[in-house]
Amino acid sequence: MKLMEPRDDERHEPFWTATREGILMLPWCNECDAAFWYPRPVCPRCLGDDLGWRAAEGTGVVYAVSVQHRPGTGRDVDDGPYAVAVVSLPEGVRMLTNVIGCDPGDVVVDMAVTVAWHELSDGRQLPMFEPGSQPTTRE
Amino acid sequence: MTGLRAATAIVGIAEAVSPTGELDQRGLALEARMIREALADAGLGIGDVDGLCYGGNPSGMAEFLGIHPRFLDGTAVGGSSYELHVEHAAAAIAAGLCEVVVGVYAATPRSDRKRSSGNNGPRRFGPPPPGMEWEMPYGLRGPIGSYALSASRHMAEYGTTSEQLAQIAVDTRRWAALNPSARHRDLITIDDVVGSPMQASPLHLLDCCLVTDGAGAFVLTSAERAADLARPPVYVLGAASASDHGSSMTQMPDLTTTAGAVSGPAAFSTAGVTPPEVDLLMGYDSFTITALLHLEDLGFCAKGEGGEFAADGKLGPGGSLPMNTNGGGLSCTHPGQYGMFLIVEAVRQLRGEAGDRQLDGPEVAVAHGSGGVLSTMGTVVLGTEATR
Repeated sequence: MKLMEPRDDERHEPFWTATREGILMLPWCNECDAAFWYPRPVCPRCLGDDLGWRAAEGTGVVYAVSVQHRPGTGRDVDDGPYAVAVVSLPEGVRMLTNVIGCDPGDVVVDMAVTVAWHELSDGRQLPMFEPGSQPTTRE
Repeated sequence: MTGLRAATAIVGIAEAVSPTGELDQRGLALEARMIREALADAGLGIGDVDGLCYGGNPSGMAEFLGIHPRFLDGTAVGGSSYELHVEHAAAAIAAGLCEVVVGVYAATPRSDRKRSSGNNGPRRFGPPPPGMEWEMPYGLRGPIGSYALSASRHMAEYGTTSEQLAQIAVDTRRWAALNPSARHRDLITIDDVVGSPMQASPLHLLDCCLVTDGAGAFVLTSAERAADLARPPVYVLGAASASDHGSSMTQMPDLTTTAGAVSGPAAFSTAGVTPPEVDLLMGYDSFTITALLHLEDLGFCAKGEGGEFAADGKLGPGGSLPMNTNGGGLSCTHPGQYGMFLIVEAVRQLRGEAGDRQLDGPEVAVAHGSGGVLSTMGTVVLGTEATR
């Protein structure tokens, strides 16, 4: 699967380091005691900057899904159609992701999913999801 | 809060749209021609202009035009920018900041692609979004993928079908057939739409707008000044805008409800108009789902009932809620930001200048723009002398 690899942004070092161990971290506001997504320098609820990272459960539910029959930027048409989904996490955030490990056409709204990892060229891993409700670890 | 109502009027319009989808001019030359034609339509000259709306660099454009405006609006939120321009200009004129405002838009993506000039004019979307790191890798095709996610959620939550969405494309094409300037005028069927190649499920090729060249302009002035100009004034009865995310669909609170649920009722309230009183809806149709969401969010039907509402063909010629009588972004023109054309067609219909597709004496029209990826909505309620 060819894709545009995200750059290794030092501001998000805890996130990317954890992905090497197969752990999905979420940015956390210590003031609100709540997760948010996507990572940014201030909390989108309170604008506070007392932030940290916490491991997510690694599960979710498909909130919306679209199979891309023509590839988006960075994707290879030879890889065929793939499912892009908005997944709701139990931590109260929604992530954009790919659902892999099944026929893209079988991905439906309300389907339970578990984090799965796509290895990047530098050993970091990109979080994706696959069908199933049990947390899985890579290797 | 009713200071905006009928305080201003659109007194001049211009449009450049071609059945080939391509225009000879582009850039500043095209923009300047639109402004000149809109002013001529109004019976005004460039020397009368003291306000400028331009979703690029408005002071640069003012310099190019040789004017010294005392009101500038550079709002650039995508396709609905032109509805926001009318809103802001109407408020500015009502507050006495300026008297004659011109707004303009031009883009020629279709012929630029052929020229491979690399010059597509000013970028109007601001700085690159954080999606580069958190979303680009997943390959959501832009912009269609974002709308497809919304359609997916709407179908799952409310049982909306591809056939119901297709009806919107079918009825819009029926209108386009009556517009000699429209890009596509051959009638299509629901089967044509659902049988066209799937792009980003659940959206097919014929659920998507065109890519054409196009340009337009409007002139807005005070109701007092409008009274003795060349054309019947089209009054701004109400206008409002609202935004609930930028470019990431993960930040939109509910993928089935847009910020139009805020801007619509606010604009209607200022106008003192209710949805059943609307004779024409110009509802931004970048995709069929976009238009369907407007029907619900503006209150033409209840949330979740848009599919059923549209399914009986009421949006087409002869129907009870004419929508996108020019043929819309789906069949007439869509140069990337379609909002200007909503305004131009609404004005044309209210003046009775719409030719074969002219409605029977419409008095209230709504131009409702959507910018970004269902992000920023602008609603403008327009009326004639009778509804002033």
